[in-house]
Amino acid sequence: MSRIRTFMAVSLLSPILLPGAAAAQEMIADTSARKQALTSWGVQFEELEYRYSDDDEELGVWNADFFYGTDDLKVRWLTKGEYAIEEQAYEGLENQLVGQIPISDFFDAKAGVRFDTPEGPDRTYAVLGVAGLAPQWFEIDANLYVSDEGDTSAELDAEYELLLTNYWILSATLDATVAFSEDREIGVGKGLVSTETGLRLSYDLVDRALSPYVGVVHERKYGDTADYAESEGGSTKDWFAVIGARIVF
Amino acid sequence: MKKRLLTGLLTLLMPALALAGEYDLTVDRVKIDTGDFVKEGIGYNGKSPGPVMRFKEGENVRINVTNNLDEMTSIHWHGLILPFEQDGVPGISFPGIKPGETFTYEFPIVQAGTYWFHSHSGFQEPDGAFGAIVIEPEGREPFRYDREYVVQLTDKHPHSGDRIMRNLKMMPDYYNRQQQTVGEFFSDASKNGLMNTIQDRMAWGDMRMMKADVEDVQGFTGMINGMGPEQNWTGLFEPGERIRLRFINSSAMTYFDVRIPGLGMTVVQADGNNVQPVNVDEFRIGVAETYDVIVRPRDAQAYTIFAESMGRSGYARATLAPEEGMAASVPPMRDAPRLTMADMSGMPGMDHGDMDHGDMTAQGDMDHSNMSDMDHSAMMEGGSDPFYAKGSGIAPAAANGGKFLSYADLKAQKPLYEEREPTREIELRLTGNMERYTWSINGVKYEDADPIRLKYGERVRFKFVNETMMTHPMHLHGMWSILDVGAGEWNPIKHTVSVQPGTTVYMETEVDAPGQWAFHCHLSYHAAAGMFRKVIVEGSPDTTQAKADVATEEGGDA
Ligand SMILES: [Cu+2]
Repeated sequence: MSRIRTFMAVSLLSPILLPGAAAAQEMIADTSARKQALTSWGVQFEELEYRYSDDDEELGVWNADFFYGTDDLKVRWLTKGEYAIEEQAYEGLENQLVGQIPISDFFDAKAGVRFDTPEGPDRTYAVLGVAGLAPQWFEIDANLYVSDEGDTSAELDAEYELLLTNYWILSATLDATVAFSEDREIGVGKGLVSTETGLRLSYDLVDRALSPYVGVVHERKYGDTADYAESEGGSTKDWFAVIGARIVF
Repeated sequence: MKKRLLTGLLTLLMPALALAGEYDLTVDRVKIDTGDFVKEGIGYNGKSPGPVMRFKEGENVRINVTNNLDEMTSIHWHGLILPFEQDGVPGISFPGIKPGETFTYEFPIVQAGTYWFHSHSGFQEPDGAFGAIVIEPEGREPFRYDREYVVQLTDKHPHSGDRIMRNLKMMPDYYNRQQQTVGEFFSDASKNGLMNTIQDRMAWGDMRMMKADVEDVQGFTGMINGMGPEQNWTGLFEPGERIRLRFINSSAMTYFDVRIPGLGMTVVQADGNNVQPVNVDEFRIGVAETYDVIVRPRDAQAYTIFAESMGRSGYARATLAPEEGMAASVPPMRDAPRLTMADMSGMPGMDHGDMDHGDMTAQGDMDHSNMSDMDHSAMMEGGSDPFYAKGSGIAPAAANGGKFLSYADLKAQKPLYEEREPTREIELRLTGNMERYTWSINGVKYEDADPIRLKYGERVRFKFVNETMMTHPMHLHGMWSILDVGAGEWNPIKHTVSVQPGTTVYMETEVDAPGQWAFHCHLSYHAAAGMFRKVIVEGSPDTTQAKADVATEEGGDA
């Protein structure tokens, strides 16, 4: 306050005391928004879709993330879910809250917690991960999880976008999960647990804010995880036709 | 009471400032109609662009700026030499103008030429807060013309400035709709061979950089004097007249390539300073630059002023015609350019081919008489522009195969400063990361940076090394930037200097203005993301020396 007042006084006088104007130099420190770190936020539904399987199973699926923060620190809420429409039950429901900091030109490190609350037993995990852009434009998100039961697992998500035109985009995704120990209660066996591969053709309808798409998704379970699923009467290989939209705002 | 006393003292001290002009500006919310879309924006005296402010060299102006917004505002007088408290940069020159407040700017006009003014607060300038300044010289102009028009260009975007910044932070290629596609892969493969094309794509993919990163904000409508291409601003003329066109690029982000098919243009002024006339067919106007050209249409026909963006994602269009309603054909835009590895050559750790520019700029010593004969002219004869990396994908060429203006063509009409050796060199690397949309100087963003400290009375040589793949129009407030084109004392004087990717550019500054000044890239979203510095000029006109200077000046004027 007093700083500004001094500055104003000097600025009034400076036309006649021009040589004295130099005294004003240290008077004003930049406290404007420009000198503050730029904060930003965003919402991104990477997937918001309806899936129809070769077994006539119907699922509502989303994969979204909300972020708020600066270049140096972001808080991110990631949410993923699979809702079985007929059973009216969440086959999968997970939420992550992570802090994210840059570690190289193209990669960030993340740390936080994940809560899994589908039908059946809940799990809480500690999360440590990296996300970024690998050479040749592969978007990578790799995470290590330790559950409250002491089980560790890892997950790798990769995505590649092929521009058929500047509006028609074909994107390929691969998610793979590996468990380092088994957690029978939630049907996870040791080793490669599952993969989900997808191919989606989208069109940017409204800027990049709304891009409807159609596609196919293949889900597969492996090893003991597959056996557990089978013994529960579930399937281990599913093909889905999907229709949905990518939403960004 | 105190004020009256001050004014009295001023008149006594500066008899030259007999003229005084008082002007009023209001800052308002306005509607902007581009012909493509209508949006809310910010303007002056009820419209965007604001009025053309006409001053006289030697006059003492008083400008009352009333803020009718519900947020802080400011006006910066771009290119004007004035006391730093009047420069209008919040946080550096003054605190800013609060909602409902009236702030009175008061400063002497010590120069002539074409300039402009704009808000320096938030993204008000991209949202429409700008206008033109025309200053009539005290003496006679060194060229003749019968009439004149301001041609103020801008890139009006349907999104607000805040929205654009947020989208760029979220997805740096949000606005880029000229990316390489599968189709381009096949057309390149049939042109250059499959293996070459694969290698090329792999090389760029390795760097995670895009050859299409020429303009990071596309999707705008190019406007001239507040009118979109369909609305077609028209300037009238009588055949045979000489028309002075005062081009001002008030864009947030867009460089324009300007031509008037069928008419040659004579460039007579750059950034408000007279230059030795150059005849050209086309010129590129960087963000915040101004160029005055003279054209002489002899036929009673319409001519199109065509300004296509450097990345060919949009254009502005206007018409010169003998009567209202006439129009000439609008040429199609040329193909979008692609960056080349030469444009990446400024990046640290990258060594692609032989870079003449690298050698040229390697000389660290101050031996500048050598630099003056720098092979700028030699390189010009080779047909390439020395201010672009050799082999650059964005080096301009005239649409009609004729003459395209280069910085190397700009020679001062009359040197403003005596030639002298710079006292020191300051290296400023222009840095950034497109994927994170961060922009910085020497790797440091404004928020983390210390001010650049200069000493009153020194002559500083700035060395800009562009380590990014984008062009940055660097603007120093308060003092002139003498651009080194290798012409010695005839080097042109500018307020905004474009630094192309893969190049090193030098400018010198006579540090003759005490106070605190802003120094930044004039691309709005680059400046906001951190390509910005505060400059502090320490010291002041030294007692004895300064008094002597003032005395002679006063004597001369009186
Ligand atoms: Cu820039």
